[in-house]
Amino acid sequence: MFEIAEAPPATRLMLRGAPEVAARAGAAFGVVPPLEPCRANQAGERAALWLGPDEWLLLAPSDADATKLAAALEGLVHSLVDVSDGTEALLLHGAGAALALSAGCPLDLHPDAFPPGMATRTVLGRIGITLWRRGAADWWVEVARSQAAYARAFLAEAGRGW
Amino acid sequence: MLLIPCPFCAMDRPEAEFRHAGEAHLTRPPDPAAADDAAWADFLYHRANPRGVIAERWRHVHGCGRFINVLRDTVSDRILASYRPGEKRP
Repeated sequence: MFEIAEAPPATRLMLRGAPEVAARAGAAFGVVPPLEPCRANQAGERAALWLGPDEWLLLAPSDADATKLAAALEGLVHSLVDVSDGTEALLLHGAGAALALSAGCPLDLHPDAFPPGMATRTVLGRIGITLWRRGAADWWVEVARSQAAYARAFLAEAGRGW
Repeated sequence: MLLIPCPFCAMDRPEAEFRHAGEAHLTRPPDPAAADDAAWADFLYHRANPRGVIAERWRHVHGCGRFINVLRDTVSDRILASYRPGEKRP
């Protein structure tokens, strides 16, 4: 069994650039974007998810101000785009969440293969999602706003049991 | 489902996350204006389509988003190796 909750609104920033961009962004943002593949760093309400070798998703509370971060990156070749409104997040909590996700996600979600602190883009059924395991039974699922209803219905159906 | 080792994600990832992107190591004519029709046809259309090992580009579209090169055996559908673009074919 597990619960599906909607995450509170958040500021989402897509950061792209070389490792020195990540280092400097970390100092200004409060969380260092991980250089290790498929990892997420978290500090308080802020998080940085590795999406690609030069691509990170930065999550912060909705009232966060990105101007300080943009100013800190001045002079470095980078891209910093506010994508807050593009996606919303579903929070899954419970032991059955991994099983329900597995109904549509082909990744191995066993804690040995997908430990807490791991994050990656992947697929869920017919849509693409960003999956972040925050704890043994806690998942953060980033899903495009227009596809959130699909994701919610898919997970509810998959978790219904029979 | 194939498991494709992604050199950027440093792990085996399911085929459903990838898009096939054709044969790898095709070189665009260095001076496009000087290339004749045969050279263009070779670049655009003519593919090796071997029975055996082929080097292909795949894009990890639902993952790191990067293009990678993959060695695949077209007979057994076995993935032999994967490597980053720009690296030498193993």
